[in-house]
Amino acid sequence: MTRHLKMDTPATARLLDQLPSRLTGTPMDRPDGPKKVSGTATYAHEWQIEGKTFGVLVRAPISKGKLVRIDKSSIEGLPGILGVFSDDRFLRNPAQGTANEAPIQGVSEISYFGQPIALVVAETFEQARHGAHMLELVCEADTDGVYDPEASNLSPEQPEDDQLDQGDLDKAMAEAAFTVDSTYRTPNHNSAAMEPHCSIASWEGDQLTLHGSYQMVKYNVNELADSLGVEPEKVRILSPFVGGGFGSKLGIAPEAVAAAIAAKEIGRPVCVTLTRQQVFENVMRRSESRQRLRLAADETGKLTGLGHECLVSNLPGESFHEPVIQATHFIYGGENRRLSIEVARLNRMCAGSVRAPGEAIGMQVLENAMDELAHVSGIDPVELRKGNIPEIHPEEDMPYSSRPFAAALDEGAKRFGWDKRNPEPGKQRDGEWLIGMGMAAAARVNMLMESKARVKLIDDGTAIVETDMTDIGTGTYAILTQLCCDMLGLAPEQVDTRLGDSNFPKASGSGGSVGASSSGSSVYLACQDIRGELARRLGCDEDELQLNDGKASGGGKEVSLIELLAGETIEGEGHIEPGETMEKVQQATYGSYFAEVAVNAVTGEARVRRMLGVFGAGRILNHKTARSQCLGGMTWGIGMALHEAMEFDPRDGHVVNNDLAEYHVPVNLDVPQLEVVLLEERDDWASPIQAKGIGELGLCGAGAAVTNAIFNATGVRVREYPATLDKILDGLPELEPA
Amino acid sequence: MRPFDYYRSNDPADAVEAASEKGALFIAGGTNLLDLMKLDLMTPNRLIDINRIGLDEITPSDDGGLFIGTLVTNSDCAADMRIRQDYEVLSRAILAGASGQLRNKATTGGNLCQRTRCYYFYDPDMPCNKRKPGSGCSAVGGANRIHAILGASDECIATYPGDMAVAMAALDAQVVIEGQGGDIRTVPVRDFHRLPGDQPDKDNILRPGELITHVTLPPPARGRHIYRKVRDRASYAFALVSIAAVVEMDAGKIASASLAFGGLAHKPWHDPEIDDLLIGEAPSDALFDKAADILLADANGQGGNDFKIPLARRTLKAVLREATGERS
Repeated sequence: MTRHLKMDTPATARLLDQLPSRLTGTPMDRPDGPKKVSGTATYAHEWQIEGKTFGVLVRAPISKGKLVRIDKSSIEGLPGILGVFSDDRFLRNPAQGTANEAPIQGVSEISYFGQPIALVVAETFEQARHGAHMLELVCEADTDGVYDPEASNLSPEQPEDDQLDQGDLDKAMAEAAFTVDSTYRTPNHNSAAMEPHCSIASWEGDQLTLHGSYQMVKYNVNELADSLGVEPEKVRILSPFVGGGFGSKLGIAPEAVAAAIAAKEIGRPVCVTLTRQQVFENVMRRSESRQRLRLAADETGKLTGLGHECLVSNLPGESFHEPVIQATHFIYGGENRRLSIEVARLNRMCAGSVRAPGEAIGMQVLENAMDELAHVSGIDPVELRKGNIPEIHPEEDMPYSSRPFAAALDEGAKRFGWDKRNPEPGKQRDGEWLIGMGMAAAARVNMLMESKARVKLIDDGTAIVETDMTDIGTGTYAILTQLCCDMLGLAPEQVDTRLGDSNFPKASGSGGSVGASSSGSSVYLACQDIRGELARRLGCDEDELQLNDGKASGGGKEVSLIELLAGETIEGEGHIEPGETMEKVQQATYGSYFAEVAVNAVTGEARVRRMLGVFGAGRILNHKTARSQCLGGMTWGIGMALHEAMEFDPRDGHVVNNDLAEYHVPVNLDVPQLEVVLLEERDDWASPIQAKGIGELGLCGAGAAVTNAIFNATGVRVREYPATLDKILDGLPELEPA
Repeated sequence: MRPFDYYRSNDPADAVEAASEKGALFIAGGTNLLDLMKLDLMTPNRLIDINRIGLDEITPSDDGGLFIGTLVTNSDCAADMRIRQDYEVLSRAILAGASGQLRNKATTGGNLCQRTRCYYFYDPDMPCNKRKPGSGCSAVGGANRIHAILGASDECIATYPGDMAVAMAALDAQVVIEGQGGDIRTVPVRDFHRLPGDQPDKDNILRPGELITHVTLPPPARGRHIYRKVRDRASYAFALVSIAAVVEMDAGKIASASLAFGGLAHKPWHDPEIDDLLIGEAPSDALFDKAADILLADANGQGGNDFKIPLARRTLKAVLREATGERS
């Protein structure tokens, strides 16, 4: 049996609000939590597999050119070495999310510094790494590598779908009462997931098993099979625990393919784990951006024009580009609009999805521009935003689904004490520190993706949930368990949720904030399927069926669930597909951020003192894990505002700060008490469980609240992220005399 | 990681003897050395484990100072009541560095030998005169935000990254070194680290096989102790500029002053001219500016680190103001 739903119409029934059991939404602890804190949740590298060997990838030491030769004899005789592999099937870079096929392959053409061009396999990791360091390569470097996306001799591509020209922006700017025309730059980011990327490949005959750290198993199977030239049926991927993904583990990556090729060759399992340096050199980066923002507003602050023109980059041949303007399309009005993206081709590691692709940097800069507009117009930043919430989509004749945007702005302002902010910059002082307040709006597109799950209600009254969905630290195990509990009237300890095995029904995977609502809907449907069968057995309508505490009732009857099962297991399948609700309305999640920041008047060091986020994302499936997502997102926002940047050598384009000592993510002392408020909301257009994605909303503008607060504190507008002290120093007042 | 021999020593003389072999290195906390070995940036063929040779206590010296054993961990040193009361600047400097976990492992002698954080030193595929003499300096003309503005050479613009030694330089501590055959020599911390010159591979004056046994602190220096570290994030970041200052006031004038600077050079920077300028003077903005003029007279930016010059001036003035001003 399968319960299938294509989301063509809003799901107004809201069954979850009528069930006797209401575990969904509560801050239930993660069922996988004890395993994680006791070291018994097995991550990819940790699988103990008989005969396991270790491989370490070898980097290209040039940014553009050719691999002429690998001198395998250079490491002959080193202890433990089992082989050196280099193969045309090696991946140049990871596959983009949902690619579903192999990315560009081959080792002879070198397109970026650090490109994996060989694999050294040895008995131990240390031996393999030493071999990889010692292996002699002959490369021929080209002199025409491109490392600067703004180099004047480049002609960036203009993707057709990302060139909007509506009305006359120039005219709107010329006629406006207030204007902003500012150019911002954001640097490259690395996801810096705690768990480095890893795959263990083992073959039994022509059957490949890959223990990997991957976010989207269903796609990864096809990508791996296509890369190797084998049938997808011959590939099984296991990814039950992922130590942080953030988009960096969406697509199959070089280590998986290299491990599989080597394992086949030497007849033993091969484990390839990236070193931290390789994580920075090989894994998807978030593209740097140049963003020109033009805002035209009338005397009341109402936008008449909005320009958001962006330059980003990627490797040659990559289809992905950072969708910087994604939320700009719908968040604010203004009839004259120019929104565009240009893509420069660089010899720099692949650009791909990094948590909240598009909005993370697009909303950040748009919200800086809105702050500039508030300043020049003298209109309060909160009011300015509220006054520009459009009735209908400003580019397409389309209404919005549930949109608690104004509510998030009001609630945030009230809770934060926004009314105590002095709009004039540089007026509040605390000893050596200048204090400022800033705010920004949050917005992120909402999507639903096809997803399947199976639920087995066993004759002893317990249930098993199976789907190849992943839990990348987000709380998938918790929310799917909660949904199953409510739908079948069971307690959490009666539900065993199993994830990340490609033998299970194919889910959306984790990415783009789609996982919870998509896979949650599939489990919900699978349980509905079971409820249908139980109702039939009980002899009542499905609508009447009540399942609670191991009992089934309806139509005036009540029996124990076990009795109803009568020694049988009922299997239900759920299958959700996106449908017309994605086209009929603009679906998105919204919120607001408020930050108080202190800037040292001597040194320019900026430190966040407190920060609040208010978010609406439809039904919240688990208040604890949802809040954690938002805390993490806001922490990313602090990092994007103040710390994070990949630094590149200007001469050969290689990343120089390739470890966590020099690539600065915020540490505990950088992150003050963060407050998160989740608004009560149901979005019937989004999914049958009225939930929307929340995994990325926490950083879709968060950094702007911080930098807007820096402006309020100092009068310094940093337009080159991150706002490190050297960018603030020049604008600080002279030190007062002693 | 290159395969290596491991030898555990039980006393200092034995450790020194064992280290006489070419390619041998001591290992204590290993918080820096192991990272460097994993990347094949340092490739000793023998490690002499000195964790069990004793020398892990802080003891009084005859002249009223302290001996800090080379194996006293950063955490223990910073928490020692004598250090906290009489050498506050040292305690503060240590606590400004690394993380709690690292400080629990890192030792006094090992921390003095901490190597630079220059990006290019850390990359085996990049030319680096410090790692591979004669190969060139990639940081000149490269990414050099964290690099030196004082005392650099064309061969190397790396900085010494530590905090502890900066405070020790301000306190004029001495490094006690044992060599072959029981030879003991004592070198001021101020002279322990070198400027790069044309031999940037040599971070300090230690000769192969020599063992730091102690750091000696002079009798307590009176006055106000300040360690100010300016950095890119609030914790767990190396200093862009740091200043250790011990300043005593008497009747509105500066009675004694000793300053040292981190993040600016290949060594903790100490310029006696600055101390001399301040002593005997009444504090004033003009005086502080003069001090900064002396400090930065020969400062040279490399592009990415130009901001360190105004930053050092502003920070120095703020530190001197704090050191000489009314206690708030």
